[in-house]
Amino acid sequence: MANAPTKASRPPPRAPLPGPIEWLRENLFSSWGNAALTVVALLILYWVVVPFVRWAFIDAAWTGTGRDDCLAFENGACWPFVSERIGQIIYGFYDVTERWRVDLTLIGLALGLLWLTMPGMPGKRPVGAVMVLAYPLIAFVLLAGGFGLEEVPTTRWGGLLMTLVVAFTGIVASLPLGILLALGRRSELPVVKGLSVAFIELWRGVPLVTVLFMAANMLPLFVGLSVNKLLAALIAVALFSSAYMAEVIRGGLQAIPKGQYEAAAAMGLSYWRSMAFVILPQALRLSLPNIVGNFIGLLKDTSLISIIGFFDLLGIVQAGATDPEWATPNTALTGYAFVGAVFWAMCFGMSRYATHLEGVLGAGGRR
Amino acid sequence: MATPLRIAWWRRRRTRDLLFQAALIAGVLLLFGIMANNAIQTVERQHIATGFGFLDHTAGFDVVQTLVRYDETSTYGRVLLVGILNTLLVAAIGIVLATLLGFLVGIGQLSSNWLVARLARSFVEIVRNLPLLLQIFFWYFAVLRALPGPRESWGVADAVFLNNRGLYLPAPVAESGFGFVMLAFAAGAIASIFMFLRAKAVRERTGRVSPVAPGTTALLVVPALLASAAAGFPMSFSVPALSGFNFQGGIVVLPEMMALVVALATYTASYIAEIVRAGIEGVARGQTEAAQALGLNRGQMLRLVIVPQAMRQIIPPLTSQYLNLTKNSSLAVAIAYPDLVSVFAGTTLSQTGQAIEIIAITMAVYLTLSLLTSAFMNWYNARVALTER
Repeated sequence: MANAPTKASRPPPRAPLPGPIEWLRENLFSSWGNAALTVVALLILYWVVVPFVRWAFIDAAWTGTGRDDCLAFENGACWPFVSERIGQIIYGFYDVTERWRVDLTLIGLALGLLWLTMPGMPGKRPVGAVMVLAYPLIAFVLLAGGFGLEEVPTTRWGGLLMTLVVAFTGIVASLPLGILLALGRRSELPVVKGLSVAFIELWRGVPLVTVLFMAANMLPLFVGLSVNKLLAALIAVALFSSAYMAEVIRGGLQAIPKGQYEAAAAMGLSYWRSMAFVILPQALRLSLPNIVGNFIGLLKDTSLISIIGFFDLLGIVQAGATDPEWATPNTALTGYAFVGAVFWAMCFGMSRYATHLEGVLGAGGRR
Repeated sequence: MATPLRIAWWRRRRTRDLLFQAALIAGVLLLFGIMANNAIQTVERQHIATGFGFLDHTAGFDVVQTLVRYDETSTYGRVLLVGILNTLLVAAIGIVLATLLGFLVGIGQLSSNWLVARLARSFVEIVRNLPLLLQIFFWYFAVLRALPGPRESWGVADAVFLNNRGLYLPAPVAESGFGFVMLAFAAGAIASIFMFLRAKAVRERTGRVSPVAPGTTALLVVPALLASAAAGFPMSFSVPALSGFNFQGGIVVLPEMMALVVALATYTASYIAEIVRAGIEGVARGQTEAAQALGLNRGQMLRLVIVPQAMRQIIPPLTSQYLNLTKNSSLAVAIAYPDLVSVFAGTTLSQTGQAIEIIAITMAVYLTLSLLTSAFMNWYNARVALTER
């Protein structure tokens, strides 16, 4: 009789399963707990993605000219609302015959941004200077009129145009103001430092909504004459975002080693020269990813101007959805989906760019 | 030849600094002066009242949600209080939910489960890159408004109901003798804290670990249960019930508040998730290896080694997210939830026209909250820095 083994031998190590099955096993079903998590995740995906795809694509109304065409599609998006209103969504109430001016402005903006963000493009410095110094003036004349162009009052601006105007003005104005404030906060002069700290903490401590309320209700009192409403809002956004920009740039300034300041002083450079030629180029480079992050926040925050009565991208869709001509149970949601897609594409693009910058700076910028 | 270098007084650095600062002060004062002068003239021309006397005037409008007694005869000062409390209520609930969801998603991003990590990542990337106002509109106009009416409400256990008028929850009603139960609960809580501290002291002195969770839980629950049994269970629930066209009884969470809380919580959670992920990834790998070398199991490793070090990195940005959430709750005005901005900087301002005073008070409230938060942050940072070495 053969001896029965007293203890079962351990099983040999498991041979890897073929191809994707092994991957599944490793990444999704490595243990019972993990398998349960996978099932929960699959359920969430099923509950969110399937209804969304059905609503947005399969059950949606794609063609039509009015609400009646959408009412037939009870459980689907009402895309004709977007396609019929696309002119308003982009240009607001801008005169139809003058819309080419908006197109020109936006194309200029897109070309400038592409030039500046594409790696390896020549002449980034002059192009950047043109975008920051000359472009805003050209854009203003193109949009508002003058020099032979018919005037279009700002009350007729709206939609995507309004969103981009507010965001771009905020960005362009907040950079120089933010740099000055950041330098002021690190100044050795007590008055300069105190005023900078007070300014920064005041704006950072209050919500943008109250700042916009202030611009709409209080600024006219302080200036003493009627102010263009858009200008008041733009000033508010610029002051508000410059405080946040100042803190981002201060972070960059703090990361510059002391030796750089001392070296600049040893070269006999004055304060402003040492800042302009030695410190700020390095500090701005370091804070670039966070500056882009700040721009993302600013772009999203522009939607708040609809609260004080402007028809920006979100505001005009919100107004359109309550228009009886288009009112269906799905109109508002369709509008939000469209606006969300536009905002998401812009913000996600910028955040990808910021991540890319972080990689570039991390690899080459530091020793 | 070797005359000492003399600099004319107007070229000395100190003089220049002083002059520059004096000019700056003068400029700022001039700016404020002009602004004040304009404001005074405009206010006089438009016959707007000035000063803070309006706070004692009768408001005369209704507010849909108040945490303190309020009616149409209450004053504008009372409106301010109601607004502040409503803001704090939304902020507090939002902060709790955002923290829970944020930690869940943040840890989910680091999961070894491929699908869970991707799901958490997608949540963050989608929610973070959409404007908050859009998300509030989505929850309010597209989701909550589309819920069925009161007669077709979704109900759970005939006690909780959800419809387009709000979320109806049973409300606890304290009866006589409830104070006795609360007293017993407080005594139990104090005893359990004492037990926990004692176990900690024993552990630190002798290294012996004794499980305290069953004991402390029992101390929290048992005395309160016994006391309520002795007092004849002195608590009842007011359960919402459909009568006529709407629900009566219980407490109702307004749809405006639900939309605001859900939007604020998910939006802020996407930021908290990133903070948590960065915090955990920021703990040096050697710490994990050292913990494993000491023979700690996975739970102990997380609880005793990873989390305390990650928290040091997580808490400062977390506090500023809490502050952001509180400030963002001012978007309530867009869907008419009666927060500070909505009832005070909105309704009260349009009724009295006293823009300067009202905006100043509103900003001062938020500014106070911000400064308190940063004071706490500085205190916390100082404490962490001290225990570091």
